[in-house]
Amino acid sequence: MHIFIYDKTPEGLLTVVFDAYSRKIFPDLLLGEGEPLPLFHDEIYTVVTDEDKANRVWNALEKKLSKVALSMITVSWLSELPEIGLLLFRYIRKNIDAPCAVEMNFGDPDVLELSKIWKKVGQEKHRVQQFLRFQKAADGTYFAAMEPLYNVLPLNIAFLKDRFADQQWLVYDLKREYGYYYDLHEVIEVRFPEKEPHLLSGLLSEDIMDKDEILFQQLWKQYFKSIAVKERINPKLQRQFMPVRFWKYLTEKQG
Amino acid sequence: MNESVLEKLKILAESARYDVSCSSSGTSRPNREGTIGSAAGWGICHSFAEDGRCISLLKVMLTNSCMYDCAYCINRRSNDIPRATLAVSELVDLTIEFYRRNYIEGLFLSSGIVRSPDYTMERLVRIVKDLRTVHRFNGYIHMKSIPGAGRELVQEAGLYADRLSVNIEIPKEESLKMLAPEKDFQSVFAPMRYIRDGVLQSAEERKRFRHAPRFAPAGQSTQMIIGATPETDNDILRVSSALYKRPTMKRVYYSGFVPVNGYDNRLPALKQPPLVRENRLYQADWLLRFYQFKVEEIVDDSYPLLDLEVDPKLAWALRHPECFPVDINRADYEMILRVPGIGVKSAKLIVASRRYGRLSAEQLKKIGVVMKKARYFITCNELPMLTVNELKPENVRRLLTQKKNRKQDDRQLILLFREQEQE
Repeated sequence: MHIFIYDKTPEGLLTVVFDAYSRKIFPDLLLGEGEPLPLFHDEIYTVVTDEDKANRVWNALEKKLSKVALSMITVSWLSELPEIGLLLFRYIRKNIDAPCAVEMNFGDPDVLELSKIWKKVGQEKHRVQQFLRFQKAADGTYFAAMEPLYNVLPLNIAFLKDRFADQQWLVYDLKREYGYYYDLHEVIEVRFPEKEPHLLSGLLSEDIMDKDEILFQQLWKQYFKSIAVKERINPKLQRQFMPVRFWKYLTEKQG
Repeated sequence: MNESVLEKLKILAESARYDVSCSSSGTSRPNREGTIGSAAGWGICHSFAEDGRCISLLKVMLTNSCMYDCAYCINRRSNDIPRATLAVSELVDLTIEFYRRNYIEGLFLSSGIVRSPDYTMERLVRIVKDLRTVHRFNGYIHMKSIPGAGRELVQEAGLYADRLSVNIEIPKEESLKMLAPEKDFQSVFAPMRYIRDGVLQSAEERKRFRHAPRFAPAGQSTQMIIGATPETDNDILRVSSALYKRPTMKRVYYSGFVPVNGYDNRLPALKQPPLVRENRLYQADWLLRFYQFKVEEIVDDSYPLLDLEVDPKLAWALRHPECFPVDINRADYEMILRVPGIGVKSAKLIVASRRYGRLSAEQLKKIGVVMKKARYFITCNELPMLTVNELKPENVRRLLTQKKNRKQDDRQLILLFREQEQE
């Protein structure tokens, strides 16, 4: 078994592809630095991430693959799944080796698997658009926190910037401990070395809320309650469309 | 904005909730400098109510007072319910503040009829116009076009709303006359025609002048109540099919009748809304729109009612065993789409993938085909399985409608006691 060790970045993965072809040895397993090795293996090769090599591989892919297939690679990467590196490596290799791209061959287990991960990440991205809830703070900033399953906040920046163009906002990923801040001009990535309570709970406390915030939250909760038709109550359907893991930060589901 | 709005919002949302439509799709409009919001072409559901229905828009009535006395409606004149009217500023504030917090995609505005259809329509148009021009709201707006409203008002509404809708409610005119004496088909279909004309005219103008105003870019929709009147599914689906043939009709919604006015003996006494029938109608509607079915293939005079036990596509397949089995590796897309257990997505994946090699049953399953159903109607790479022709439709039907037995524990000894037959 051949093992390649890389730095778990997208550029690192593309360098893996480059090195594998130049050495004519293809990895059966990709590991990050410091990850435990399996008991039996032939050879360990440590990849040194190289911008030039990565670019060459990417340019070659851009020539061969459609836009959708390229987005499949970049978007699936954000799933952060442990097996995603090796799966992407196999997907890229299959596309390079075949005379024309195999991106539409869903009979192939790797192509199908990758398209499923791509869809799942896409769905999680959409769910951020659905279930993100802003709370207005006293300084006028709208704050929203979530714990998405995959690292999908970067995929939503363009949408949020377009839609909420005339208000300052901060969206925060509680799980990955970073967020994006929009100051009416541009969006910047932010990390906070010291966490204030709302960066841990995801909810603003009343003393830093805008004076009307409580009222609008109440109105929204009232609307949420009143719009349901009592004769058709169907909690199973509700949970199917709006999984319980999102309820923690949904305004309408707060006490 | 103060606490009193809370009570009004409760009353007006409860009055509006029987309208099914809440979709926010059909318009893609990026933000423009100085406006609030955008419209995402695919529509976004921001929440799901306790009844499992999507909340995409702030669905609310301007007022729930109404001069009409339609038997099926909660807001009828003779009902003793609390009435309320929102001030324009309250409605605008609610929409914009909810929107800024990402609660909603926009507004669904409807109203009870006060004084006259034209008077009511004029009030609605004024609000929508205000939202767009004074408050620069760029999100989605769905507006009810009031039955009986004049052409000029509908023309104006279309300039500001993304979607307009007029509800048919009752699929046959004689039933409508009986339950809603103040309405007739003319009052419903006339505004529908105005909307269509407006959309087509604007499309024509935009061909010549790129900046000509858009008119209701998300088209129109309508709704029918199911189970309040004796109409069959045949009657209902024929109306839908005819509507879909006209341009601009995007959706027909079906609303299982909720007996809100139990005292009115013109209406059937239902214990529960007919949810299964409603679901079957939606499935049939999907067949019309996405599966290239014709309405007479789904229902006709000899099958006026949809089968409640199996979905309409399976029912069609069981009535037409001669069309099967379908060879997955050769058949046209249209025919693959007709196989029970294969949807639009899997059909497309099949057609794309089979160019690389023959597909096997295992691969089909992974692609997302429901093999439990599809296996009786297809052949693929493997040896032919027992299909609907060998098994006979009635047996396939029985196999597919069997209730699942409760899982039995193998370690448990099962003793069979045959029940004594009664003499």
